[in-house]
Amino acid sequence: MHQVLRAIVEPGFFSSSPVELAAVVGGVVALVAAAVGLFTVLRGQAFAGEALGDIGAAGGSSAYLIGIAPLWGFVGIAVAAAGVMEMIGIQRARGRDLATGIVLGAGFGLAALFLYLGTTFDNTTGATVTILFGSIFALDRAILPPALALGALAVAIIVACYRPLLLSSVSPDLAAARGVRIRWIGSLYLIAMAVAVALSAVTIGAILSTALLIGPAATALQLTSRPGRAIAVAGLTGLGAMWLGLLLAYDSYDWPPLHRGWPVSFFVVTLVLIAYLAARVMTRRRARR
Amino acid sequence: MSQIDLTAPEVGDATLAAEGITVRLSGRTILDDVSFIIARGEFTGLIGANGAGKTTLFRVILGLQAPTHGQVRIDGNSRAGQQVGYVPQKFLLDPDMPVRGRDLVGLGLDGHRFGVALPSRSRRRLVDEMLEAVDAQRFGDARVGQLSGGEQQRILIAHALISAPKLLLLDEPLANLDLRSAQEIVTLLARIAREQQISILISAHEMNPLLPVMDRVVYLAAGRAASGTAEEVVRSDVLSALYGHHVDVLRVHGRIIVVAGTGHDEHAASDGSAGGAVEIV
Repeated sequence: MHQVLRAIVEPGFFSSSPVELAAVVGGVVALVAAAVGLFTVLRGQAFAGEALGDIGAAGGSSAYLIGIAPLWGFVGIAVAAAGVMEMIGIQRARGRDLATGIVLGAGFGLAALFLYLGTTFDNTTGATVTILFGSIFALDRAILPPALALGALAVAIIVACYRPLLLSSVSPDLAAARGVRIRWIGSLYLIAMAVAVALSAVTIGAILSTALLIGPAATALQLTSRPGRAIAVAGLTGLGAMWLGLLLAYDSYDWPPLHRGWPVSFFVVTLVLIAYLAARVMTRRRARR
Repeated sequence: MSQIDLTAPEVGDATLAAEGITVRLSGRTILDDVSFIIARGEFTGLIGANGAGKTTLFRVILGLQAPTHGQVRIDGNSRAGQQVGYVPQKFLLDPDMPVRGRDLVGLGLDGHRFGVALPSRSRRRLVDEMLEAVDAQRFGDARVGQLSGGEQQRILIAHALISAPKLLLLDEPLANLDLRSAQEIVTLLARIAREQQISILISAHEMNPLLPVMDRVVYLAAGRAASGTAEEVVRSDVLSALYGHHVDVLRVHGRIIVVAGTGHDEHAASDGSAGGAVEIV
């Protein structure tokens, strides 16, 4: 029995301070991403979320260059990008892809520049991998207060705007007729999304950040037809994937081929995908009955 | 002649008074001096071809489009507020959307308020009452995106009614329904207008399904309007004046067929309702 447990949970997993920090930050990020992500899926803004994550790479890498914490780089540039998307016209369905694409292209261009400068002057390639694919076990403890505050901000926006946000996601026409200022609500939501994507980028990397935003929410949509419950299911899915991913990544230090540990991001994203596929299979079965 | 208002009720007891509404958008005149009145509990059809300005008129009534000239008064007020319930024209919802009929009805009550709706017994009872009023209890717990067109219309009507509006606007609610569902919706709306004394303005490019229940017609063509009873408005002389060319109106077995005169083919074709025998049933 002890042997089996030992194989699942490596000794030291629960007593390691980087693991503890990763579990707390990762858990908060997973919950925030779930609450925000449900609306990303409802509003059909997954592409915008992906663009915010990718442009976040530019923010994270520039933060490395000027020597501030990457979180601020991620947040700063994602919120700025959200503002640009809003100005170009993300509120109109047809303008949305255009706005997103323009911002996405600019973001990758900047990221290429900053990452190049970073590796040239600093002579470290580690930053590139960290920015793009995350490295949650290497987080600085100082990240905890700002991460919690930003997470609270994003969730506060969702809670405060919940009803008009839900109505305008279901039908902008209905919301406008009820007197909802759909553009304001849309802009506030974009800020919440930028923050959630930035937090997600710190943990599992800029490139993979939307997986945590979209995946658990999409899984929940398969399983429940109530919006409130969908957020709860998405939260649990995200949290489960994050914590199980951390556990597996910690275990993987013993795994071939390198015995150096596999990236957390890989496990989290794979677990989210498995959860989504499992949910699909379950609903198919239910539908057939 | 841009106005033909034959039997106007007193402005004083009007639920809706449109007074000389003109809308120009980027040089095009969408609505041209449109005036009409809807009395309390009246069932009014807003009839016109696609592009005649029906949706723009609705947007003006809802306060979403400021008119270039003129004004709208709803129950004496110049702002729509929560006095107007609205059922939009296109309503496409993904079957995956985790929104049940009763969620959408509840959002009709407080969707414009900030924060999260706390579950309360009175809110739940009100939603149940509304679902019952539109015969939607059976599918109130299903996802809205998985309902049929007629079922979605019922949910949307309940969504619009729950805030107890004085006026209910429905933009082409019959457009995508089969004949039987369309008749059921029309009967339901007529009952609501009668029992709850709510004025209903329903737009349609096809007036025949509405004829049995319609108190009044507002006929829109090329941005101009004529209003009155169907007998008064849907006549050759009135519609010819409205369209600016000759239009024949045929009454066959209780149905009305509007036929454009010859010699104005181009104009008629561009403005469907008079283009050939359009009102075919």
